[in-house]
Amino acid sequence: MIRLTATALLLASAAPTWAETHTIAPGEGAQERLQEALILAEPGDIIMLEAGRYELTDGLSLDVDGVTLRGAGPAQSVLDFTAQQGSGEGLLVTSDDVTLHNFALENPKGDGIKSKGADNIVYNRIRVTWTNGPAATNGAYGIYPVESTGVLVAHSEVSGASDAGIYVGQSSKITVRHSIATDNVAGIEIENSRDAIVSNNYVSRNTGGILIFDLPGLPVMGGGNVMIVNNLVTDNDAENFAPPGNIVAGVRRGTGIMVMANENVWVENNIVQRNATAPFMVIAYTRDFEDERYNPFPREVTIANNITDTGGTNPDLEGGEMLMAAFGGALPAIMWDGLTQDKDTVALRTTGDTPGWSLNLSHQGQSLAEAQPGPLDTPAPTSVTDADDWGAPAELEARIQ
Amino acid sequence: MRGGLSLILCAAGSLAASVMAQASALDEGVHDEVISGDALPRDLAEFGFFTDAAARDAAPGVHAYELNTPLFSDGAEKLRYIYVPEGEQLGAGGEGLLQFPVGSAIIKTFAFAGQFIETRVLLHRADGWLALPYRWNEEQTEAKLALAGGRVDLTTPQGEAISYRIPNKNQCKSCHSVDGQVIPIGPKARNLSGEWLTQMHSEGWLDQTPEGADAMPQWHDASASIQSRARAYLDVNCAHCHRPGGGASNSGLDLRWEQDDPFAIGVNKPPVAAGRGAGGMLVSIAPGEPEKSILVHRMDSVEPGVAMPELGRSTIDEDAVAVMREWIAGMDR
Repeated sequence: MIRLTATALLLASAAPTWAETHTIAPGEGAQERLQEALILAEPGDIIMLEAGRYELTDGLSLDVDGVTLRGAGPAQSVLDFTAQQGSGEGLLVTSDDVTLHNFALENPKGDGIKSKGADNIVYNRIRVTWTNGPAATNGAYGIYPVESTGVLVAHSEVSGASDAGIYVGQSSKITVRHSIATDNVAGIEIENSRDAIVSNNYVSRNTGGILIFDLPGLPVMGGGNVMIVNNLVTDNDAENFAPPGNIVAGVRRGTGIMVMANENVWVENNIVQRNATAPFMVIAYTRDFEDERYNPFPREVTIANNITDTGGTNPDLEGGEMLMAAFGGALPAIMWDGLTQDKDTVALRTTGDTPGWSLNLSHQGQSLAEAQPGPLDTPAPTSVTDADDWGAPAELEARIQ
Repeated sequence: MRGGLSLILCAAGSLAASVMAQASALDEGVHDEVISGDALPRDLAEFGFFTDAAARDAAPGVHAYELNTPLFSDGAEKLRYIYVPEGEQLGAGGEGLLQFPVGSAIIKTFAFAGQFIETRVLLHRADGWLALPYRWNEEQTEAKLALAGGRVDLTTPQGEAISYRIPNKNQCKSCHSVDGQVIPIGPKARNLSGEWLTQMHSEGWLDQTPEGADAMPQWHDASASIQSRARAYLDVNCAHCHRPGGGASNSGLDLRWEQDDPFAIGVNKPPVAAGRGAGGMLVSIAPGEPEKSILVHRMDSVEPGVAMPELGRSTIDEDAVAVMREWIAGMDR
């Protein structure tokens, strides 16, 4: 009974009766006025960004649960960080149940919007743009939720990121849908994360389109349960402009959908065209590592019923010309490095409607130069993965209906 | 004409009244109810931490202290104080953070060339710690709450003209937080002088003199080992974020003094989300090769998105970069 009362109180505080709307206009003192509103907001409050350009000199941050930051539209309310002098990102969110809606960031010096340890966050109709186009001097990530449970990115757009446009790291219960990622090194990246759905996105002119990675040495490990469906992944042929040293600096120009070191990944019903190295790439982690928790191999990756084209017509691979000749003019659409965890674990399943090839490597970390390319021989998919509890919680979708 | 005169007289009267009111507030010493209340005081003077408006003279119960190795902060002069309410005591927790009773406060003023720029206070309230920044006026007569922070043009002791950043309330928390809770960073026994701790204990403000006190060197003390100087600097300047539960936990880099796994402190560790901050280098620390170490590169930059720490400095700490170079150069490849 006492416990019930406590729960009721908690609920009451989470849904305040006196939610207020604070309206902020661009112009003189916008930095201080907006930041002060973000600090003084109470749970449930809405902060409205009137239409216009907000010229900001420092990063903004939000640390109050349940706040909505809402603009007049991704073309109308623009947070302009061109003159930013400090902070690692444009906007940092560290509180739960936040909704970001209908505004844009331009030219943040570091990342665009980072939400860290911010559970149940919604990014809806958010635009992050580096207006000078692709450049190694641009910030790393546009939309960057990390260490969070419950992430929804919808109807958003990122271009020019020198790492990943939309990057979800070390999180779970994730949906990235109906968004646009163009002219980044990686369009959309899901890293060390679980229970994710990436659907109905347009991913084009990046170096690599959609990347599903698991990396060693991070606090949150064990990426898996990822569904990549109904995306349009085209013309990801940008030269890699990532600063060297970053994991995406190793992504080959012309990669469509890439899965590295992950389990239970389902790639279906995507249109994957004109990605000239590999429309689909499934590989083990390529570098050395010491982390005993880490599994570097792909396990149970299924590529089924996608619409694709010839495949690797201009591969960013050593000996690409010879490889193409060996395969009759172009590389088959699915590229696998041939590595599996052990003989009882299936790395890759395909429906057979899309041809593939294998590098036939024999051990993790082996140089590509030692590949012994041959045709792909993979088992058929077993059954549709049970993915009912993957993706962002329904409550997040309800917020933007 | 007569009306004008009376207006002036009237104004003078109210000025005198307000000066007197402020003076009497100052005379009363520290206002415990302001520290423990739930308001965000607009003026620093409301706390009564100092007996003068210029905040030079500490009130009873407000104890000045220093750290062996301080945060860089563009070379700001810092005046640090701890307030413990009458009848209460600090607790010693080994070499780590002192334990502060509810109602205590930590006060830190940042100054350049003797001019106070800002005073930051950490208040230990019943529901946790609260961090607030106060900005001094030009005349040095009052410091007002600056929730959204601000920028001040000034010249550093090294002679660099910079736009100095006063952090906003959330940025205070960016550094002062573990697992989302605000905590103090500085007053760890290992980084406090044994003399000060002993004195606090003998005066009854500290329950015991902690073990492991004074273990951390003054980082610029050339007689200490290069490793301990480098690790002390990294602990104080970086480890509030680069630690489990800290703001940069997702990087996997853990720069705390007590961390002894070489990979965790960055040796041969590839970057995770460094972006262009990596500067084309492959690992945080490349043993024997400081010029190939991301850690050095980021400390040696002032560019947002590259520079580390992200907050709290607008200039390069050249001496610290030199110490990092020497430390890494001396590591076996």
